[in-house]
Amino acid sequence: MAFLNDLAKRGERFAPGHRLCPGCGQSIIVRALLNITDYEIVIANATGCLEVCSGLFPYTSWCVPWIHSAFENAASTIAGAEAMYRVWKRKGRTDKDIKFVALASDGGTYDIGLQALSGAMERWHDFLYLCIDNQAYENTGVQRSSASPFGANTTTTPVGKVKRGKEQRRKDIMSIVEGHHIPYAAQASLHNWRDLMNKIKRALDTKGPTYINVLQPCCTGWGFPPDMTVEVARIAVETCAWPIYEVVDGKVKINYKPKKKLPVEEWFKMQRRFAHMLKPENKDLLGRAQELVDEHWEWLLKREAAGL
Amino acid sequence: MGKKVALDGNAAAAHAIRQINPDVIAAFPITPSTQIPMTVSSFIADGLMDTELVTVESEHSAMSACVGAAAAGGRVMTATAAQGLALMWEILYIASSMRLPMVTVIAARALNAPLNIHGDHSDVMGARDAGWIQLFCEDAQEVYDSIIQAIKISENKDVLTPVMVVMDGFNTTHSVEVWEMEEDERVKEFIGEYEPKYPLLDVSRKITYGAWAPPSEYFEHKVNQLTGIIRARPVVKKVGEEFGKVFGRSYDCFELYKLDDAEYAIVMMGSAAGTAKDVVDVLREDGVKAGLLKIRMFRPFPAEEIKEALGNVKVVATLDRVIPAGAYGSPLFNEVRSALYDAPKRPMVIDYIYGLGGRDIQPKHFKEVYENLQRIAKTGKIEKMLDFINIRGKWGK
Amino acid sequence: MKIGEKVQWNELLTGGVIEDPGNSIDYKTGSWRIERPIWNKEACINCMFCWVYCPDSSIKVDKDGNMAGINYDFCKGCGICVKECPKPGALAMVLEADIEKKGMDVVFKETFGGK
Repeated sequence: MAFLNDLAKRGERFAPGHRLCPGCGQSIIVRALLNITDYEIVIANATGCLEVCSGLFPYTSWCVPWIHSAFENAASTIAGAEAMYRVWKRKGRTDKDIKFVALASDGGTYDIGLQALSGAMERWHDFLYLCIDNQAYENTGVQRSSASPFGANTTTTPVGKVKRGKEQRRKDIMSIVEGHHIPYAAQASLHNWRDLMNKIKRALDTKGPTYINVLQPCCTGWGFPPDMTVEVARIAVETCAWPIYEVVDGKVKINYKPKKKLPVEEWFKMQRRFAHMLKPENKDLLGRAQELVDEHWEWLLKREAAGL
Repeated sequence: MGKKVALDGNAAAAHAIRQINPDVIAAFPITPSTQIPMTVSSFIADGLMDTELVTVESEHSAMSACVGAAAAGGRVMTATAAQGLALMWEILYIASSMRLPMVTVIAARALNAPLNIHGDHSDVMGARDAGWIQLFCEDAQEVYDSIIQAIKISENKDVLTPVMVVMDGFNTTHSVEVWEMEEDERVKEFIGEYEPKYPLLDVSRKITYGAWAPPSEYFEHKVNQLTGIIRARPVVKKVGEEFGKVFGRSYDCFELYKLDDAEYAIVMMGSAAGTAKDVVDVLREDGVKAGLLKIRMFRPFPAEEIKEALGNVKVVATLDRVIPAGAYGSPLFNEVRSALYDAPKRPMVIDYIYGLGGRDIQPKHFKEVYENLQRIAKTGKIEKMLDFINIRGKWGK
Repeated sequence: MKIGEKVQWNELLTGGVIEDPGNSIDYKTGSWRIERPIWNKEACINCMFCWVYCPDSSIKVDKDGNMAGINYDFCKGCGICVKECPKPGALAMVLEADIEKKGMDVVFKETFGGK
């Protein structure tokens, strides 16, 4: 336990007084980022819950240089800052070791910000893109995103008399990111702080573009009590609905394999957005959701076994 | 001493950028501005400048990276046109609202649809209220000179506002002209060093940029932002004069051509002003009191000075190179007419649109405009408030 | 930097920047709370899970990096610390209304027993 005590002693770089919902995990992830490293960090934050709640004029929760520009451009904004840093370094204007981080949710990453992310990775900027994935456009009121899982009841895929939630599967952002052959990509969950912090540290220590996709259960949007945020993340991993793994040099390494993989139903039970999936008349949906989870999990297992 | 060169407007821009040697350029190619990042890339490849060139995947990212780089702290430039400027639109406001100095060279071009890669001012006029200073250029020399001045204007501590330097697509970007290029060292000396006010990279200060402002705060921010562009008015003039002292070519917010005793005046911007001047000369020989007001600085709009300059004219025609669908008048018309409303003699003003999508405007067209102005002065009657120059088919009743 | 409703438009910093890092500590979110976590020092094992999971940086830390109480200025009462606490009897959620009604001492005794 000494590890956390040592970390706790060092003081925070993300101040309280922010307006995130009680039980929101976004700040848990942000604190993990800022607490695990001594590097100077410059952040570009996409529009979203985190941004509006942490930088509400005249207040800021950030004790690091921070910029919010728009929804879809966290990656290109940080790319510009990182390019300027190279100039400062070359001209001797700074001797600091500064790391650059783009923060965005799934909306700003999988969807509207995908192009900027792809461009910045391809251009090999030295930065970490940290996606805080809460599987919907939570900030505008829980609309579907391409990160929303199959079947999810969102405000633009509402369950009604004829419709039964989101009809498409989740976008596999990790595979898209992987296609850029960046040196480090990982998926993590906020419940496993040690794994999350290790990944953040490794990403920051890696030269070139790195990416981490962190599951952030949203109590408001997903429909569960605020004290369950960490537990909902845990069960996502225990059901393999959210595998935690790394891709290094093109090879998959699964960081956690449940001893006994729980049915995805166990995760669904905890959340209002999947309540309809558990009704007898929607058995087919539940079956399909389980298939999708299994398919992805087995694909990861196969890749890992094959050293791919 | 400078040297005479024969190069087009894009090359003039590229050379100005080479001499400025900004810290970061983020750019995406688009006709007719493409030669700017291309030429700059070749300068970098040959070691003639050491700018960090961020070859972004879109203009949206170009402006976003410029914002990131400028906030980080340093000199930033880009170039674009048409759809590219339209795609930047969202972030243009952010650059100016964060009061980030930077210079964007615009090769003004028509907007789709239909697709057209040629010159007009639709793109720039779409961005006229984005909080950027806008300087329109007539030729390659003005492009070169204005880019150098724009750095100084933008970084002025009272201004701290981004600047667009506008040249007409193809008319200027691709026309080879003879112009004077100054020595690298003297340009460098003229622009001086830039000390950013709130650099993100100064990690000891931990600045927050871009917090959101609720209704209780937003309005004050917008008014505060206005101060930069308003203060640019005297600064543009001052920098233009300083430039004249050093390099022998002075600039103001606008150029008055034979306007002192003029009774009929055209007000316009951009490359076609050169043709207009020739027509004024011809008309003057015939004893027609024609004059021209070429506006260089459209934003901030120099209304007071224009009121003064046009106050004694009988009839004014504004020539816009944009079609403002559904508006009562074209942008220049509205600004000029509004400025003249309080003039003691309040000249009549009519609205012309010309040159859309690269359509030619020739001396005979300017002549027709001046003839119409004389007719209006004589009869006191305006038949058409708005007309289009050099289109097929008749407009209006 | 001046703050608050009385700030005039011309008193804002250029570009609307904020140059007081972490000044959100002047905005107390503790009033959002309906329930509050209470801490029993005797039972606590200082594992700091509460600290690592607290979304509101509201776990106080002493110089050795051990748990030193809860900052009720900011704690929004989400209950994650209680849920994730591995040691029975070290943290518990109680109603703010109960504390108001009965007083902290009584509620503490009712919750953790003993002193």
